[in-house]
Amino acid sequence: MRRHGRSLQTARDGFGMSFVDFFAQLGESSWSVDLHESQYAYSIIESIHVWTMAVFFGSILMVDLRLLGWTMRKVPMSEVAQRVLPWTIGAFVIMVITGTLLFYAIPLRSYQSLWFRTKMVLLLLAGLNIWIFHSRVYPKLATADVDGVPPKAARIAGALSLSLWIGVIVTGRMIAYNWFDCDRQPQAAIVNFLTSCEPTESEH
Amino acid sequence: MDLLPLFQWFYATPIGEGIRNSTWLFPVIEALHLLGFGVTVGAALLVDLRLLGVGLNKQPVARLYAGAQPWMIGSVIVMFASGVPLFLSESIKCLYSVPFWIKMASLFLVLLFTFTFLRRATETDAIAKRPHAGQVAAIISLVLWFGVAWGGRLIGFS
Repeated sequence: MRRHGRSLQTARDGFGMSFVDFFAQLGESSWSVDLHESQYAYSIIESIHVWTMAVFFGSILMVDLRLLGWTMRKVPMSEVAQRVLPWTIGAFVIMVITGTLLFYAIPLRSYQSLWFRTKMVLLLLAGLNIWIFHSRVYPKLATADVDGVPPKAARIAGALSLSLWIGVIVTGRMIAYNWFDCDRQPQAAIVNFLTSCEPTESEH
Repeated sequence: MDLLPLFQWFYATPIGEGIRNSTWLFPVIEALHLLGFGVTVGAALLVDLRLLGVGLNKQPVARLYAGAQPWMIGSVIVMFASGVPLFLSESIKCLYSVPFWIKMASLFLVLLFTFTFLRRATETDAIAKRPHAGQVAAIISLVLWFGVAWGGRLIGFS
């Protein structure tokens, strides 16, 4: 197992300390080590994460495309939402479970990953978009049960949703690459700032 | 038949070499490949869930097939356009990779199945008369797409 003791020592003060400390300890817990070092468990969990992603993204894509009026214009929006979104939600639950396990297997590196952090921000924004859509836009849409091309607000929500989920998938895939990792120095100051990484002097 | 010389030729192509020499190209093309796959699965699910009776059941299958087809074809084109360069960059590894061949076999079968049997099954009201045939078709389609994803993911682990 690759140790991240360096990042542990160098994050001396401030708010970041407790988190770096916490995830470093988490990474040394026996279950985390087992998961990380297991021959099959990690790759199986990762595969489930990817398959479920296809179901999640594919189903929300169809809802978003309907919101944009780019497909199934003859199918009422409310029907698409009622019949397709349960699949999206089910897949999302599995993604959160498998994703949490993947994070738990490699906690500190994930926490300090620029890609992981970007993914989480995009995930929050996607959630916010869903919340605004369901509280503000969808009620009007459902009562009118619009056929054809939905109103502008709905199309904007659909386009935002699509863009954000594409961002989540792309940044998620990039977590595998270590270009901006804390143990690869020197990095630009902005990268070290964004990853809460404080390299020791010898690494400069 | 010895495929090695052919796969060595693939490996030596300028595209294959260009991708290997770049830090960013492989991950970026791969992300595109993954997104394309998500779109394909979405289009396939729309029809398959309906055939299984757990999707947009009020809609005629033909209407859903017509809505899904352009996205299916478009995303398959994106997957080929991104998958072929990825393959060229690591063709020799693929030659000896069992998951790669599982993926290629599943892909060939699922495309053949989708654009022959499945298409014909959705065109007429054959499904309404024989719902079980539609359910079997949907399960075959889902299992084969699952095989494509499984093989594809495992290529990276080998």
